[in-house]
Amino acid sequence: MNKKIISLQIFVFVGFIFLWKFVIFVFNFPEFILPQPETVFIQWYLLLKSGLLLKHTMVTLSETLIGFTIGIFLGIVPGYFVAKSSKIDQTLSPYLVALQTAPKIALAPLIVMWFGFGILSKIIIVALIVFFPILVNIIVGIRSVDKNLLDLMKILNASKLQVLRLVELPASMPVLFAAFKTGITLAVIGAVVGEFIGANEGLGYLTIYAAGLMDTPQVFVAIFQLTIIGILLYLLIDYIEGKIIPWYREGEVDVVKNAEY
Amino acid sequence: MQNIELVYCSGKKQVKALDNISVDVEKGEFLSIVGPSGCGKTTILKIIARLINPTKGKIIKPDDFEVGYVFQNSTLLKWRSIIDNIALPLEIKGIEKQEAYSKAEEAMNIVELEEFRDAYPKDLSGGMRHRAAIARALVYDPEILLMDEPFGALDEPTRLKLNVEINRIWIKTHRTVIFVTHNVGEAVFLSNRVAVLSKRPAHIKKIIKIDLPKQRTLEILDSEKYIKQVLKIRKIFSQ
Repeated sequence: MNKKIISLQIFVFVGFIFLWKFVIFVFNFPEFILPQPETVFIQWYLLLKSGLLLKHTMVTLSETLIGFTIGIFLGIVPGYFVAKSSKIDQTLSPYLVALQTAPKIALAPLIVMWFGFGILSKIIIVALIVFFPILVNIIVGIRSVDKNLLDLMKILNASKLQVLRLVELPASMPVLFAAFKTGITLAVIGAVVGEFIGANEGLGYLTIYAAGLMDTPQVFVAIFQLTIIGILLYLLIDYIEGKIIPWYREGEVDVVKNAEY
Repeated sequence: MQNIELVYCSGKKQVKALDNISVDVEKGEFLSIVGPSGCGKTTILKIIARLINPTKGKIIKPDDFEVGYVFQNSTLLKWRSIIDNIALPLEIKGIEKQEAYSKAEEAMNIVELEEFRDAYPKDLSGGMRHRAAIARALVYDPEILLMDEPFGALDEPTRLKLNVEINRIWIKTHRTVIFVTHNVGEAVFLSNRVAVLSKRPAHIKKIIKIDLPKQRTLEILDSEKYIKQVLKIRKIFSQ
């Protein structure tokens, strides 16, 4: 990124802060409707200093990461069999479509009822939400493997496991990483919604709790903290992608992005 | 592996693709198969490679032979470096790593790609990728090398250069090669014998022995002998 772009980006940020202050000035909003940016920042600093923010952040972060990891495996394993067997595909496809259309977020209250207010119910919600885009993309990835490559593996008498390890999985990596990137943002949303519904810790809980007290600055702090988590996780996946698939050039594979929640 | 006889018919959706095709392939020979596009040349190679089963007939003798297959596009694994691509067949066969890589290096030297040992396929030109694909097909010493229009997508100078290399590799490795192309000039330039196929359902119109020195050079392309044989086959081809 060149210097000019960076200074423009800083300019946009400063402009945003001024716009914020300007809106408060014009409409004369009280603190509990829209706090001043510096109030939010001070609140953020105080919460961080007390260790409270970090504690809630760690809860949401672990729910997100554990649920995300489980969701990946839940998606990849059946996805492989659906992609490889047209029988399984045809049998399951109406149910998969139903699963895809169902708003998984709407299941969240039910899951909290079943699995309680603790971290477990949030992990399940996250896994459920992440599962679908991963499933769809691994199917696309495995199906789009060059037919000649499979012929080559057959000529070489490769076992099914070798085909999976040497060809199908690596070939699916670009599509899979695209799904990881949508998946991780969905995962954060899932964890927060779960906490909204019933929890006693986590950033979603902090938001709802602060909103109940009309402590608007704290609501803003929680939202910003969530945004930061989302960005960091996304960048982490982007970084891992660069390490794992350096051979991949952006735009070389048609990527199916599947944003649904 | 003296005489392989191929006799088969293949019917797919009631459409006969191949009609009683039978060829004896001699060990160490370079046989080209030419024919119009879509006549089933690739199908023949796939039957020899046992990727497709013929509806009738079979491949006689030997029962169990290994083939190396060079596809129309180079079909390299994008996520592996050139040396890793060439070593792939040995890895699949479970050959110990050190031995596998020393063999792979050898094959890489034959196709003269030493400089690109650790490069990814995307960093290579089309011609170099095909050379890597040929090395991969040679690395496990298959009895027969099957080449399916490997240079169809390349520009003329690159194709000619690779043709000379194929000839050099063939002489050096004493391998039996079955080469499919729609380019009569290429077939004559490379082969001991050229089999001309008809349109669908394909049968063999004629098998012509090529009379040229074993080592083929670019000068041959201008010789009267070469041109005469090309014209002769082209005539059979378009009949």
